[in-house]
Amino acid sequence: MLSYILRRIVATLPVMAIVALFVFSLLYIAPGDPAVVIAGDQASPEDVERIRQSLGLDRPFLVQFGSWVWRILHGDLGTSIFTNLPVSAMIGQRLGPTLSLMVVTLLLTIVVAVPLGVVAAWKAGSLIDRVIMGFAVFGFSLPVFVVGYMLAYIFALELEWLPVQGYTPLAQGFWPWLENLILPAIALGCVYIALVARITRAAMLEVLQQDYIRTAKAKGLGQGGILFIHALKNAAVPIVTVIGIGIALLIGGAVVTESVFAIPGLGRLTIDAILRRDYPVIQGIVLLFSFVYVLVNLMIDVVYTLVDPRIRY
Amino acid sequence: MALLEVENLQTHFRTPGGINRAVDGVSFHVNEGETLAIVGESGCGKSVTSMSLMRLIPEPPGRIAGSIRFAGKDLLKLSDREMRAIRGNDISMIFQEPMTSLNPVLTVGRQIRETLMIHQGLDKQAAEAHAIGMLTLVGIPEPKRRVGEYPHQLSGGMRQRVMIAVALACNPKLLIADEPTTALDVTIQAQILKLMLDLKRRVGAAIILITHDLGVVAEIAERVMVMYAGRKVEEAPVAELFRSPRHPYTQGLLGAVPKLGSSLAGTATRLAEIPGQVPDLRKPIIGCVFAGRCALATDLCRQYAPGLEEKGPRHIAACHYAAKGAIAA
Repeated sequence: MLSYILRRIVATLPVMAIVALFVFSLLYIAPGDPAVVIAGDQASPEDVERIRQSLGLDRPFLVQFGSWVWRILHGDLGTSIFTNLPVSAMIGQRLGPTLSLMVVTLLLTIVVAVPLGVVAAWKAGSLIDRVIMGFAVFGFSLPVFVVGYMLAYIFALELEWLPVQGYTPLAQGFWPWLENLILPAIALGCVYIALVARITRAAMLEVLQQDYIRTAKAKGLGQGGILFIHALKNAAVPIVTVIGIGIALLIGGAVVTESVFAIPGLGRLTIDAILRRDYPVIQGIVLLFSFVYVLVNLMIDVVYTLVDPRIRY
Repeated sequence: MALLEVENLQTHFRTPGGINRAVDGVSFHVNEGETLAIVGESGCGKSVTSMSLMRLIPEPPGRIAGSIRFAGKDLLKLSDREMRAIRGNDISMIFQEPMTSLNPVLTVGRQIRETLMIHQGLDKQAAEAHAIGMLTLVGIPEPKRRVGEYPHQLSGGMRQRVMIAVALACNPKLLIADEPTTALDVTIQAQILKLMLDLKRRVGAAIILITHDLGVVAEIAERVMVMYAGRKVEEAPVAELFRSPRHPYTQGLLGAVPKLGSSLAGTATRLAEIPGQVPDLRKPIIGCVFAGRCALATDLCRQYAPGLEEKGPRHIAACHYAAKGAIAA
């Protein structure tokens, strides 16, 4: 198992290298000359040339790429063109809110979507099933920002149960932290919950047809034990897969959600960086997200072995 | 004394093509410690009968009527909770497919433990110890290691032994075995049958054996009930049935069994088959259910359904002509 994980980590290196190459090429694919952008409107051609040289933009592409990778491997993601701060420090500041939002959304999704899907499969064809699946279609069709503004309007502005926007670090207490994340997590989780509930239902429907479910009934097990132990564990592989894939969805959704709820996270940083053409920051963020995604995929594969003993590497 | 008394069992399914009368008015009983075989070809309702006894028929689309008296209680009148307390405890079941009847993601030990923990209120340690004991009893080598293994690590025969261990863990009064050996190699079949008989003697359970394998019936059953198209057509002690089958359908079934050594003895004949097919159970059947396939059927058979009549000692059959000797083999 441990050797498998090590092998998988080694296998992610080429993936990360390709991602890095792509991220680095962003600078060249994107329209406009970065040196001109950095220099600003008032700069003379000499200024631009000076900046080009100081940033090494005049060197051959592969040489630039090599030295960029070398610096990254040493933990240096470069310096923001706009703020002159190290990119790693800027990302570090923003990591907490985004990570909090994603973790809360992930937990909320699992706690809500999986039981909903299980119940829908158990009562397949009934009114309960149709109501749950109706909600799933609804959740799937609504854009994050619409749900976000609706929630903020109802629960924050009208009912005043929860704060409208903002973020409080976990260090200042659990409830203040959570309170600010509930509405964003629901908004962000809507699509995700719909997706996971649907997959859970489909996977459970298939499992409930199996002979071993009949055996479990014949043993005198209660409905709960049959559904949540005998059936759900068998249905877990597709569910875990879609939860993992959904994390990519979360990364995209977090950018919008953070804007709606004014959360100072990576999503906001991303938008700001794109608007300012702050390439080192964009590169750093994309690289980080890719790395997280590769890591999530590895975790999914490890979870497979926990839920299904037939899967061994 | 009768442990199980089934009166006029009717299990019907609502289907788009009409109501399927999978089991239509079957009555039988099983005595304590007795082995009753239910035989018939595929689709005759034998499995549906066994599933109805356990109330494992999904309702709807299924509907079970009649009465199933087990140890004095009518199972059809029990609540779901009361029925759960009986399943796996007083009545347990072994299924045909050992490859798919065990849960692939739970250890063998857990699957045996479960029934013990639910029904006998054992804690995990006690149940685990009992599970190891059960594995030993069903002849699985190295039970202490096997208890922590998953079904895919066991062979088909071993899995069926595990199924038997699960079924017998709570010392049931009645064991329903639905084609327990059909999916196994012939050599393993014999081992499993012997194991079932040994355990039956030890535990004192009654067995309902559902099969289409008459060889198995001859080997372990005491009494045989023959089903056709959702009805009982004949019932007799096993020796009596094999010696003088009364119903043309039973005779057809026995005629379809190859006899070992018949070609050496020079008595080899073509294996008899029963022509035609089981009637559509979604349409009402007028007259004898078997009339459409019976070589001896007359207008009487096509118009009036024969009742079950005494044709010999403890021997009943539903045929107009059986008693008159007109069809004596």
